[in-house]
Amino acid sequence: MTLVEPGTPTTVTGVPEVAAPEDLGKARPLRADVWKRFKRNHLAMVGLGFLVLLGLIAVFAPLIAPYSITERASGQFRQPPSADHWFGTDAIGRDLFSRIVYGARVSLRIGFAATAISVIIGLLFGAVAGFFSGMTDTVITRVIDVFLAIPYIVLAVAIASVFGRSENAIIIVLGVTGWLAIARIVRASFLSLKRLEYVEAATALGFSRSRIMFRHILPNALQPIIVIGTITVGYVILAEAALSFLGVGPQEPTPAWGLMVAAGKGSLTNAPHLLFFPAGAIVLTVLAFVFVGDGLRDALDPKLK
Amino acid sequence: MTSYITRRLLLIIPTVFLALSFLFFLFFTLPGDPARLIAGGANRTIDSGVIERASERYGLNDPLLVQFKDYWSRTIRWDLGESFLTRRSVNDILGEKALASIRLAIWAIIIEIVVGIPVGVLSAIRRYSVGDRLTTILTAAASAIPVFVLGFVLQWAFAVQPNKLGWPEWARLRTQGIGPDSWTLFFIPTGEQWRYLILPAITLACVSTALAARMMRGSMLEVQRADYMRTARAKGLSERSVVVKHGLRNAMLPVVTLIGIDFGTVIGAAVLTETTFSWPGLGSEIANAVTQRDLPVVLGLTLVVVIAFALINLLVDVSYAWFDPRIRLGKGGQA
Repeated sequence: MTLVEPGTPTTVTGVPEVAAPEDLGKARPLRADVWKRFKRNHLAMVGLGFLVLLGLIAVFAPLIAPYSITERASGQFRQPPSADHWFGTDAIGRDLFSRIVYGARVSLRIGFAATAISVIIGLLFGAVAGFFSGMTDTVITRVIDVFLAIPYIVLAVAIASVFGRSENAIIIVLGVTGWLAIARIVRASFLSLKRLEYVEAATALGFSRSRIMFRHILPNALQPIIVIGTITVGYVILAEAALSFLGVGPQEPTPAWGLMVAAGKGSLTNAPHLLFFPAGAIVLTVLAFVFVGDGLRDALDPKLK
Repeated sequence: MTSYITRRLLLIIPTVFLALSFLFFLFFTLPGDPARLIAGGANRTIDSGVIERASERYGLNDPLLVQFKDYWSRTIRWDLGESFLTRRSVNDILGEKALASIRLAIWAIIIEIVVGIPVGVLSAIRRYSVGDRLTTILTAAASAIPVFVLGFVLQWAFAVQPNKLGWPEWARLRTQGIGPDSWTLFFIPTGEQWRYLILPAITLACVSTALAARMMRGSMLEVQRADYMRTARAKGLSERSVVVKHGLRNAMLPVVTLIGIDFGTVIGAAVLTETTFSWPGLGSEIANAVTQRDLPVVLGLTLVVVIAFALINLLVDVSYAWFDPRIRLGKGGQA
């Protein structure tokens, strides 16, 4: 188990595998070292704590949520928070707290799965472009430039209207639009790493190019990928919210946070809690991923500041 | 320098061509039939003859490649076609909407420069102070809050609440539309206009201001350690002149890069801000057109945005040379 594998099938727990301390006790010294540095960063630790909590909420959603996501309390529309409904009720009388609890599952699933797709695509293109320079590199770099020239939101909305609005469709849309930055970072790492002696040695030993790329260079290029992967999960959750707001995100009755915000915008005057609670969930989650990502960057590479 | 700029300008052409072509083909793989849309709406039952005539008129029956060729031969003469939905010429829409967007953007940039850069510099000079810590947390929060959420929170705090609490009329800000649309000197709001402008401008500026502040802080911290800063201090220059004349100019370079690279994010933010505040600009128009599949409008407006994006990136690269004369553009093909 590496420190964090962005997009490993941890989508159910949603907890990035930064592992429990006892596990790290047995681990190699380097890992313990990274953990020690990570622990010193308070913001990152708070973020990690929040993500662990969020993961638990997602896993045990049925036990935590007092109501189901579709259950309507009769006659109680847009009620403010109360003892029965901690976060109040929405426009058709559903319990907002329960929907936000279940929404953790949706957000984490979309966040991790889309990031996994982005990392895989970005890794392949970045690695190939960086390893084989020349024509291959030029073509891939140009393709990336062309896609970067299209404003992200236009691209995402356009692709989203092709794929439809199911949760899987949203994962694909965010996955295939989010790999550009990752590919650039991987390319830069491969460009500098392929000139090192151990690559020369591996070449001299007659190893195949794919073996050199993925068994020799990749492990050394992993650190920036881990960092950007973690942060990307947060930004994917943001992008999902934006798509929901523009009306091309997941559909009712999916308890997606972005969708709840979009639905709550109409009741700003009478029931602002419909907007504030799901919005708060999004902001805290994204912040947590960004803080953990920043903490990982500092912990993995103490030279960088 | 001139040859460098010429080459970069020429390079914009294939980028724009490929990006727009991608969108063109993407829209033809969309489910549904644009002819139905033109004939009256996606959900209504429409006489098949009407659909047929609409297809005929817009050349939608031609093979895809013929349509593609037609599209580019029109576009190259800057004939951007007319909206499927409203029949208005895209050039007209563009002229009208671009002004609103540019005015909003100017104010967002003013906020970004006036707030973001000083905050970043102060934060770096007083490292680890309370203000610095606050800046770190606030800038992170600003980049984690969805743009439209910020917009709604501001609407709630400065328009909904004042109305409820009965604040004086001038303190109640407006949240919908552009208002009287009255300006002097192109971008300075006159009369009631500022009440319509201020919330969307802050919303649009927020993400990039936070980013600029964070970048400025990091870059300034780096510069603080440089030898020439020590020299300047040793010469007995005032701290103010050390920071502003020696520090700031050197520290600006990465920030300028960022502002350029970040333009894509700003466009995204503009789409969301304009939609949130019903500001009649390019962003909200693009969002509408994409969801309604109004292909000529999407392609026309995106064309302009893509060209603007490319030009701004070029401008950023050229400004390197101004900020740091050691950088020679065009030699060795790398900027």
